[in-house]
Amino acid sequence: MSGIAVDAPVDPGLRAAEEAHHRRRRRLAWRRRILPAAGILSFLGLWAAIVYVFEVPRFVAPSPQLVAATLWEKRVILASNLVPTAIQALAGFMLGNIAAIVIATVFVHRKTVEEAFFPVVVLINTIPVVAKAPILVLLLGNGMEPKIAIAALICFFPTLVNMVRGLESVNPQAMELMRVLSASEREVFLKLRLRNSLPYLFSALKIAASTAVIGSIVGEWIGSTVGIGALIIQSMYNFDSAMLYATVIVGSAFSVLFFATIVAAERLVVRWQPPNTV
Amino acid sequence: MQPAVDCRNVTVRFVTDRRTVTALHDVSFDVEQGGFLSLLGPSGCGKSTLLRVVADLLAPASGSTSVFGMTPAQARAARSLGFVFQDAALLPWRTALENVELPLEVGGKRSLPAGAPTPRELLKLVGLEGWEASFPHELSGGMRQRVSIARALLGGPRLLLMDEPFGALDELTRDRLNEELRRIWQETGTTILFVTHSVYEAVFLGEQVLVLAANPGRVAARVAVDLPRGRELAIRETPEFIRIVAQLRDAMGRRAA
Repeated sequence: MSGIAVDAPVDPGLRAAEEAHHRRRRRLAWRRRILPAAGILSFLGLWAAIVYVFEVPRFVAPSPQLVAATLWEKRVILASNLVPTAIQALAGFMLGNIAAIVIATVFVHRKTVEEAFFPVVVLINTIPVVAKAPILVLLLGNGMEPKIAIAALICFFPTLVNMVRGLESVNPQAMELMRVLSASEREVFLKLRLRNSLPYLFSALKIAASTAVIGSIVGEWIGSTVGIGALIIQSMYNFDSAMLYATVIVGSAFSVLFFATIVAAERLVVRWQPPNTV
Repeated sequence: MQPAVDCRNVTVRFVTDRRTVTALHDVSFDVEQGGFLSLLGPSGCGKSTLLRVVADLLAPASGSTSVFGMTPAQARAARSLGFVFQDAALLPWRTALENVELPLEVGGKRSLPAGAPTPRELLKLVGLEGWEASFPHELSGGMRQRVSIARALLGGPRLLLMDEPFGALDELTRDRLNEELRRIWQETGTTILFVTHSVYEAVFLGEQVLVLAANPGRVAARVAVDLPRGRELAIRETPEFIRIVAQLRDAMGRRAA
């Protein structure tokens, strides 16, 4: 586009309009950065003010300064407790999503299997996480396994549903095209369905990235001595509100990082869509 | 010479819970090799259905169809036919060039017959030189349809089936593509079956026009288009063109009443 502007005789009106447009774009870009930062800062300010004015005792709620100080002082303990939680979340994420993708593939190719087992999947999904956790602890013991299983179970359902939809919602005319070309079922899957499902898959993965961390933490509430979940429970029993808040922040920060990684991966993989459609 | 397509007494029914629709009733027609037949009719007359019977996308309840002396299934397996869909049906994650190459990657490993135009050459043929690396969402509707025509032409099919390919385009683009399709037909020598509900398009493109009537879908008339082979858009204003259009309208109107 700029190539045209160079060759064309310079029209001052056009130049001014372009400059005005760029100024507007720059202003919008700054707004997008400044407003969220201002929002967060005013939230922290309000929090600090309330704790100060109402003299909230330390065992009820900490001031943001105290939380920040705790984050720094206890950074070794926090980091070493994040490790198991992160491992469980990542392992559960992988396990749950791979299982969902495989089962979605089977469902799409064998309708009988889908009709027989989809209700079972829905049924399992209706059990709340806090209820699944004790069942899995009894089944799998006190190690990392039940936490991974919980994280996997949480990821599984949204990915399964989205993946089935993505694999099935191919353009009917593209399906006819594949038939005209005498494509095999395998080719239809690899060349058409799988690619078609990627935007749907990534929508599910973005949900799974944060829920896997939640699953891992909830798993640690029941019978665990290490991890973010265990640290939350300990801090609560010790009325150590600053530590509690610091732990929660570390957990959330990991979730956000996980989510951002998936978003970045999506941008790399799903390149064919015009921006801002999903 | 054996006809390119020969349909004899084809009947197609769609059974639903509420009623059974006879989409095509006892339809017979043929197309000579290298011919250009327009299938013209109102919506619901079964013209797309007829195309799908020829392409082996639909099995008729009765009747027989042969494509170059083969069954439609054999013709499809032999890659004797190319299909152009109403929406271009491009794969959005593939560039224009990769979309044209798709037929080489599916249906068993295939290579281009010796002397057949390459995907790049086909894109040039449809006027898309320089757009090879563009994704479908970066192309206009007309350009997308050009890509899908290039894809259908890959491997040099002897029969091209086109299902209202220009129906969703604006009039100017449609006119231009009509002219180009005539040129491509003359350059490639491919037999073309072209479905449309536009009388003008049917006459401008076809050497013959098969008029279908609805409820049930059946052949209403067959009209030869006595116009020169090389056609420009201006031909649409000639008395001869207008006479054929009137003749077709008459055939359509009489049956629709």
